[in-house]
Amino acid sequence: MAALTIATGTGNWFSALALGVTLLKCLLIPTYHSTDFEVHRNWLAITHSLPISQWYYEATSEWTLDYPPFFAWFEYILSHVAKYFDQEMLNVHNLNYSSSRTLLFQRFSVIFMDVLFVYAVRECCKCIDGKKVGKELTEKPKFILSVLLLWNFGLLIVDHIHFQYNGFLFGLMLLSIARLFQKRHMEGAFLFAVLLHFKHIYLYVAPAYGVYLLRSYCFTANKPDGSIRWKSFSFVRLISLGLVVFLVSALSLGPFLALNQLPQVFSRLFPFKRGLCHAYWAPNFWALYNALDKVLSVIGLKLKFLDPNNIPKASMTSGLVQQFQHTVLPSVTPLATLICTLIAILPSIFCLWFKPQGPRGFLRCLTLCALSSFMFGWHVHEKAILLAILPMSLLSVGKAGDASIFLILTTTGHYSLFPLLFTAPELPIKILLMLLFTIYSISSLKTLFRRSFTLVAQAGVQWHDLS
Amino acid sequence: MEKWYLMTVVVLIGLTVRWTVSLNSYSGAGKPPMFGDYEAQRHWQEITFNLPVKQWYFNSSDNNLQYWGLDYPPPTAYHSLLCAYVAKFINPDWIALHTSRGYESQAHKLFMRTTVLIADLLIYIPAVVLYCCCLKEISTKKKIANALCILLYPGLILIDYGHFQYNSVSLGFALWGVLGISCDCDLLGSLAFCLAINYKQMELYHALPFFCFLLGKCFKKGLKGKGFVLLVKLACIVVASFVLCWLPFFTEREQTLQVLRRLFPVDRGLFEDKVANIWCSFNVFLKIKDILPRHIQLIMSFCFTFLSLLPACIKLILQPSSKGFKFTLVSCALSFFLFSFQVHEKSILLVSLPVCLVLSEIPFMSTWFLLVSTFSMLPLLLKDELLMPSVVTTMAFFIACVTSFSIFEKTSEEELQLKSFSISVRKYLPCFTFLSRIIQYLFLISVITMVLLTLMTVTLGPPQKLPDLFSVLVCFVSCLNFLFFLVYFNIIIVWDSKSGRNQKKIS
Repeated sequence: MAALTIATGTGNWFSALALGVTLLKCLLIPTYHSTDFEVHRNWLAITHSLPISQWYYEATSEWTLDYPPFFAWFEYILSHVAKYFDQEMLNVHNLNYSSSRTLLFQRFSVIFMDVLFVYAVRECCKCIDGKKVGKELTEKPKFILSVLLLWNFGLLIVDHIHFQYNGFLFGLMLLSIARLFQKRHMEGAFLFAVLLHFKHIYLYVAPAYGVYLLRSYCFTANKPDGSIRWKSFSFVRLISLGLVVFLVSALSLGPFLALNQLPQVFSRLFPFKRGLCHAYWAPNFWALYNALDKVLSVIGLKLKFLDPNNIPKASMTSGLVQQFQHTVLPSVTPLATLICTLIAILPSIFCLWFKPQGPRGFLRCLTLCALSSFMFGWHVHEKAILLAILPMSLLSVGKAGDASIFLILTTTGHYSLFPLLFTAPELPIKILLMLLFTIYSISSLKTLFRRSFTLVAQAGVQWHDLS
Repeated sequence: MEKWYLMTVVVLIGLTVRWTVSLNSYSGAGKPPMFGDYEAQRHWQEITFNLPVKQWYFNSSDNNLQYWGLDYPPPTAYHSLLCAYVAKFINPDWIALHTSRGYESQAHKLFMRTTVLIADLLIYIPAVVLYCCCLKEISTKKKIANALCILLYPGLILIDYGHFQYNSVSLGFALWGVLGISCDCDLLGSLAFCLAINYKQMELYHALPFFCFLLGKCFKKGLKGKGFVLLVKLACIVVASFVLCWLPFFTEREQTLQVLRRLFPVDRGLFEDKVANIWCSFNVFLKIKDILPRHIQLIMSFCFTFLSLLPACIKLILQPSSKGFKFTLVSCALSFFLFSFQVHEKSILLVSLPVCLVLSEIPFMSTWFLLVSTFSMLPLLLKDELLMPSVVTTMAFFIACVTSFSIFEKTSEEELQLKSFSISVRKYLPCFTFLSRIIQYLFLISVITMVLLTLMTVTLGPPQKLPDLFSVLVCFVSCLNFLFFLVYFNIIIVWDSKSGRNQKKIS
């Protein structure tokens, strides 16, 4: 019986939470999946059947490979397991092939890869010190954070219904954040470099990493008032960081450099021809900009300021991915969006440089970078809001102020993901899960900080910087 | 209650699991000409909507009783009629007379699944939540955990949302009945239970304990005073509810008789298909179904059933208590399941509901029983292609129970409520100290056997000479387990007398 007890993790609430959400993911297997399912099947086929030189040139299917090489290698490894499930899915010409075994394999691969995410959440929980707060298990910050991360609504519906592999990628990001909290900077940098070569969307938060590592790792000490001590600059550390990034990039892009394919790879990774907004608008600044443009053009037509013949025929809401010219307001170029993004992240970068507050300050900067890039970036997907929500979860169990901002962000962010699932059978699922997450997050954080106000004068739990 | 938000989260989890299971296949999907229970329910909507009440239970050119004729009491027909009105509003093709036979579409499936969810949400789930909130001497956290485990019980979810049935309605009403009677609202409780019986006649399995408990209460209050008044009031409520439910069918004697004939088909034999009860298991060795004449079979099953439930019921009349009532519900329903006439494998749910109610008192044995009850329906679930949801929900239920109740730490004699029994046995056999050890080993053997049998049924094909081998094995193993539980629960009830007198726990 004792062995059985240990085996089933009796009393180990973390295992129960992780196993519970895994079983829920298994139940979501027969739900609707989007074209992303075919995308990944196609990539399995490409990496399995074709030589490396063809990977970024193959265009039989419209869903061409547009993630960095590490992800392509990941699909390659997966394809060697896939052949035991259904050999047919690895044929490049089998477009939209989705036999039951293919579905099973793909869904299970996502569920399996989430192991990395579970591990990362565990590491993040170790970074919290919640001893001051009540002894009740469900009121401990560790417990609340585990639920907020493991049972995150956005991740569940994007990964396990819509179909993507964000779980393990966010796992890598959370792990690198945890390592930075644990003062294992080299590991954190390494993990982030690897992550960048899995999915380059994480470039959104690269400035935060760069500035933090430069400021708080390469400069080993601060002056008493917290400002920078130039003499403490460690060249060794800078070189070693650079070396890590360089080696990872070399491993990733090296083969394609040797094949002279870098321009092609980059054109696949950064398709600026896709237009300012994704087919279905992400709720960012440019959506408002487009809406304003449309309103003004309608008014302009009514008041006869505009000539109807000059209005471009294509509509931005048609669901197609294409270039678009604005009618009334000036058209937006990729460079303009970059400048707007840089301006938006400047305040937080400045704070990170001039008044570093340790890993917690880094985390805030990271969240702000993610949010700014989401708001002003070029061709942003609505799923990118998860890049801001998940790191913010770590902050939310720390301070009451952060918790309230987190609640606003997560509720609206998750609600903005609703259009991703538009089929009728999935409607109850998304409503139930959204209610579940929202009710739990609001109530648990309220309970957490209600107590801490009575125990400690200011906000309660401090992040425990392990040294 | 404090932590209401956790209870809400638990209910939402229960609903999510239910809906995700409902995305899978249903009974008889794509299998003409007879299809399955799903088509039966759709057909009843068609019949009740298009035909006058007088023709619902009779064979006619419009209503072929061989094709899923109505065989539940009138309230089921009324429920079908209500659903039919909604169906007519959405798409009349779903219930068009004759032409809608075998109708299958995504939209229709969504509609049918929604009707189950709504019925569940209105009747069963509130009953469970209220029951857990009313549990005494338990912390709030344990109450919420209890609700989670009950809502995650795989058997009910898989049958109602997978196979397709409306058990949550009748079980929900029965639970309201238990709640009412345990909280001393005897009249409301009886009314709820009458509604349960009138929805599905199988609830009669629970009728005896209700009767004995209420009778015991009347005796306790004194048959010359308040007790007699209570008895009369209860009788009136029962009669009134029956009359109300059956009103359109009491107008003619032939109507009433026909409905009764449909509800209790004594012509169908001792058992049908494979079911985990005594007669089916015995039939493996000796073909009693063919040897004995029909009326002998009837008398035999009647006698065995009543003999096995007599001790518990008599005890309940003499010493009515809420705890005794719940345990008697279990043992009575189990006796009926094991020995009665024409039992279906889904009837195990009638035993599972009372076991869910005693989950907080004997978590280890209850969890074990509920796992076996789900396993006993394996052949049915495999036929409906529900293997993945079955495995996943069973694992989820197991993890929930293990984490909530730490069941493996509650296997001592006292925790299993066998203390007074072992003390009595030790008077004659001083060395009888290893009872809990034996039970733990039995649990291990049982679980290993169930897992092995599941694996074998799924991966291997049966040998040609014995095509039903695995179904029969599943039923046989389950039956053995159920016999053990029958003995166990009866021991608890009968040996409770020694501590019952000291504690004076009568509510």
